[in-house]
Amino acid sequence: MNLAMIWELAAQALQMLLVLALAPLVLGVTRKIKARLLRRIGPPTWQPYIDIWKLLHKEAVLAHNASWLYRVTPYLLFATTWVAAALVPTYAINLMFSWSADLIAIVALLATGRFALALAGMDVGTAFGGIGSSREMMIASLAEPAMLLVVFSVALIAGTTQLSTMASIFINGSVGLRVSLGLALFAFVFVAIAENARIPVDNPATHLELTMVHEAMVLEYSGRHLAMIEAAAALKLTLYFSLLACLFVPFGMATGDKNIDSVLIGLMTYLAKILVLAVLLPIGETSVAKMRVFRYPIFLGSAFAAAALAVFLLFVSRSL
Amino acid sequence: MPAFVGLWCVAALLGIAAAGVILGRWSWSWAPIYFASLVVSLAGLAAAFWHLWAGLPPETLSLPVGLPGVGSKFRLDALAAFFLLVANLGGAMASLYALGYGRHETSQLRVLPFYPAYLAGMNLVVLSDDAVSFLIAWEFMSLSSWALVVSNHRAPENIRAGYVYLLMASIGTLTLVLAFGVLAGVTGDYSFAAMRAQHPDAVAAGLVFLLVLAGAGSKAGLVPLHIWLPLAHPAAPSHVSALMSGVMTKIAIYGFIRIVFDLLGGPAWWWSLIVLGIGGATAVLGVLYALMQQDLKRLLAYSTVENIGIVFIGLGLGLAFRASNMAVPAALAITAALLHVFNHMLFKSLLFFGAGAVVTATGERNMENLGGLIHRLPRTAVAFLIGCAAVSALPPLNGFVSEWLTFQAILIGPELPQWGLRFIIPAVGAMLALSAALAAACFVKAYGIAFLGRPRSPAAEAARETDVFSLAAMFILAALCFAAGILPGAAIDFIAPVVQGLAGARLPVQIGQAWTSIVPIASSRSSYNGLVILSFLLASGVITALVVHRFATRATRRSDIWDCGYPDATPAAQYSGSSFAMPIRRVFGTTMFHVRETIDMPRPGETRAGHFHVKVTDPAWRWFYGPAARAVLRASAALNWLQFLTIRRYLTLVFATLVLLLMVVAAWR
Amino acid sequence: MHNINFDVAHLLAGSILALSFVLLYQHRITSMLNVFALQAIALSLSVAWQAYIQEAPHLLVTAGIALAVKGIVIPTALHRIVRRLGIHRQIEEVIGAGPTMLTGLGLVALSILLVLPAGQTVSLLAREDLAFALAVILLGLLTMITRHNAVTQIIGFMSLENGLVLAATGAKGMPLVVEISVAFSVLIAFSVFGIFVFRIRERFDTVDIGALDQFRGERRDQT
Repeated sequence: MNLAMIWELAAQALQMLLVLALAPLVLGVTRKIKARLLRRIGPPTWQPYIDIWKLLHKEAVLAHNASWLYRVTPYLLFATTWVAAALVPTYAINLMFSWSADLIAIVALLATGRFALALAGMDVGTAFGGIGSSREMMIASLAEPAMLLVVFSVALIAGTTQLSTMASIFINGSVGLRVSLGLALFAFVFVAIAENARIPVDNPATHLELTMVHEAMVLEYSGRHLAMIEAAAALKLTLYFSLLACLFVPFGMATGDKNIDSVLIGLMTYLAKILVLAVLLPIGETSVAKMRVFRYPIFLGSAFAAAALAVFLLFVSRSL
Repeated sequence: MPAFVGLWCVAALLGIAAAGVILGRWSWSWAPIYFASLVVSLAGLAAAFWHLWAGLPPETLSLPVGLPGVGSKFRLDALAAFFLLVANLGGAMASLYALGYGRHETSQLRVLPFYPAYLAGMNLVVLSDDAVSFLIAWEFMSLSSWALVVSNHRAPENIRAGYVYLLMASIGTLTLVLAFGVLAGVTGDYSFAAMRAQHPDAVAAGLVFLLVLAGAGSKAGLVPLHIWLPLAHPAAPSHVSALMSGVMTKIAIYGFIRIVFDLLGGPAWWWSLIVLGIGGATAVLGVLYALMQQDLKRLLAYSTVENIGIVFIGLGLGLAFRASNMAVPAALAITAALLHVFNHMLFKSLLFFGAGAVVTATGERNMENLGGLIHRLPRTAVAFLIGCAAVSALPPLNGFVSEWLTFQAILIGPELPQWGLRFIIPAVGAMLALSAALAAACFVKAYGIAFLGRPRSPAAEAARETDVFSLAAMFILAALCFAAGILPGAAIDFIAPVVQGLAGARLPVQIGQAWTSIVPIASSRSSYNGLVILSFLLASGVITALVVHRFATRATRRSDIWDCGYPDATPAAQYSGSSFAMPIRRVFGTTMFHVRETIDMPRPGETRAGHFHVKVTDPAWRWFYGPAARAVLRASAALNWLQFLTIRRYLTLVFATLVLLLMVVAAWR
Repeated sequence: MHNINFDVAHLLAGSILALSFVLLYQHRITSMLNVFALQAIALSLSVAWQAYIQEAPHLLVTAGIALAVKGIVIPTALHRIVRRLGIHRQIEEVIGAGPTMLTGLGLVALSILLVLPAGQTVSLLAREDLAFALAVILLGLLTMITRHNAVTQIIGFMSLENGLVLAATGAKGMPLVVEISVAFSVLIAFSVFGIFVFRIRERFDTVDIGALDQFRGERRDQT
């Protein structure tokens, strides 16, 4: 184990811990800005950390017929989301394990987490869990194909599905401003909104059965299990922000060898990008209303059509 | 040497079938028959494995049985060895499962003789090297499985299933006979070696391709020739269903690959257009049909249709790349298709075994009457969960690896020169993505309704765990699913000789890549490492759990569910299967299936029950089979007068036909 | 390899195409008008960019007309009329958003299939622009076909015309584009107003404003 390898390992570990530490902050900033836009004062920005801390120390209340699947799922969901978030380049590319999962595998890892959560929603046998799981799988059946088509379009532009290679090609600037990238961005934003259960697809702050999707699946969870699920949701939001930054505005990431200067610049630019996105999200959320459930197919269908159009244009022409 | 072993296995299985006829009268006869089948299948598996592992050259054997003066030829090359491996592994697992499941069969004589015969037929199809023995083995396979489908003859829907199956199988065999006829050409030599040497012109090759697609495709389950599959597969006993879905569909794919890739020589590019279109449509329609089902086994049968579509997408891409002489991308596409063949056999057998365990334990096939089985059948639940996760293409299991490879092949699509292909491949990619997402939804429904929640009927409450043989078969398959997902490089290298023969190239050597990753084309392009991902997942999950338990709390309390203030909600208040699928049914079903939902609610004060009725129409029946059946009936009614002619008129008909044929011969000269 | 001018031109053309798709699945008349206004603004930006890279300042006039007439005047006027006639709450019965969008994708495929392989003498840039424009025209026709309401059909027609202007400005040397644009816009405006005049006439048997006042009480009950 020479010094270079230890340095690489430290860089990868730093990214894993960075996303974990940053995720509740992103959530906190989002909630604070949203409250301010609604002319409230809102909770403090570090409230999600306090919430998770509090929940971790509470007793977990389980239904009488909850099975082992119900108890394992929070940890499985947290593990898949954390591993996926740790594999998306944030401040530097070509980290030690970045080649083990490309973009398709990251999307599929998130699908694993969602599979487990949907099953856990059905485990207790209440109507709420069923509502959440069935609506979540409907949204997934529309959002995941759109996401995969977005992956295809960026992969066709960059000639690779590896995120690090993609980011380095986009940083070079040889790609230019392309129609298919614009369409892919449009589709990605819609899919990100749907997957993270934000308005206009789902309201993260509601508990009315007519309006819940994600919250309905996790309604029965409490204590440390709920803390894990909340942390996983925050990590997922951070993952999508990192993905947007890495694919569409990757400038500033440390390419090449990772000395202190480039790492610091990478960290600063990453934090700035995440904060900008965390401010833009609530601005978008407060300007539209939540959609009816059966309007989701149109919302996600237009994302699917835009991404399909992008892939199609890339198949037929090299410069589009 | 392995070919010899393979033929001896076939002979042994036929002997076991004969023994089954004799012993079938006694109720204990299932044990020796299935045990013998297990041993013979393991021998066949070892022979096929040895052939591939040692990289042996193809061997041929001629037997004097068969047509007089011609005999029959058998050959074991890499392609045959791979499919023999798939067939015998499936057969061995089904026999192991049946050692436990077989005791529940009411009349052993209806099942026992035909089961080894079925295994023998499937093995013989793969080993055949001339058209006659191929067709005989194909028909033998169909007929023995038909007998197994109608073995439970008391239920009228099983008889109907058998009838439709027999009809479609006959049509399939007819198209294959015609295809072999065209392939044999003027020489009339039906051996595969002679067919390989002949190079048919474009028209003849195209005709053979279409006929084989229809014949092998109907046995595999391509839309719209799939209608027999969801009727027949659930009707058979569960170990036979696993064989039919997991193995027989693969034998059909073997037939397609053998004729189109091997015997026909170089493909034309428009063949891939048709295969891709049909494959994509099959994938999406199969999983949408599966989502509409309440019967657990029928859901699994439709999911087979979806996976066959995925395999054909890979094969279509292989044809496209081969037609444009792009050997390495063709190798990637064919590797993806063959890996999916293997993976699907593994997890579909596992799922059918689990369904069989559920049916034996509860007596119910309808998911709406199940529930809470994770508490009653804990070990089956674990194995079935692994099967569901594998079929939904979730990392780090094996279903994801073959889908990932197919996606990588699709991403090479823009390098093809033909415009038609550049249009259809992105559409097929979108359809594949859609079917993957819908498959996850389908299996959340299947597992969630059957195993999770609260029991919806007394039968589900009283279920008991199944026996040790069934569990052993299920857990071996689950372990293989994990192994194929974590060490895909080994699998890719193992089937490299097969791919080399079909595509003319092979993928780069995978064993020896850093940390057991797979790198299909180049490491700068894409790579995947299941083992690293699994280790990361386990490490982060376990460490988090330990940290939380140690530093936070591990206190737990049991309590009632959240019931909104209305206590004692019955299990009927849970989501049922059709309610789970309702959003997807509304989104996709209204256009595809003309879904009509009618609700009949009693007015306040009425005490009668409410009704909810969902009507799903299968477009294949409406647009394809309905009109075809009506046309056939009309034609036969119109031609009925031919039954009542006088002798003189019949003689006139014979005379006229003879004169006509003689005129044709004269004109041909 | 990637000329920033052409990239921006493609981006703007692509956004017009994307907005045509968005126009396809709108359910309400007011949202259709808003999307159409956005499309007209995108068109004016595209024409202005073409004026810049082709160095043809007369195209700026076309851009200005598109912005003023189709981006501002016609949508605002239609908004007011729609609100006053009380049809702003009508929901369009469309033949299912899903099949409509799939047909739209198929039409884009068709237009690309027609234009892109055609002849190497025309530059790739011009072919791609033409493919986009043809797609916008076909999608405008599709919008017209899948609507029952006269106002929305006219919006479909005007978006079709946006596609025509896009095609015309993409090819160099079209001096009459300015005049043709003005003429078309005025024609559309008059036909729109004409239809409404007739509709008012048939509903109330008069277009006399004084007589309409008497019916105001009834109209409030009806809506």
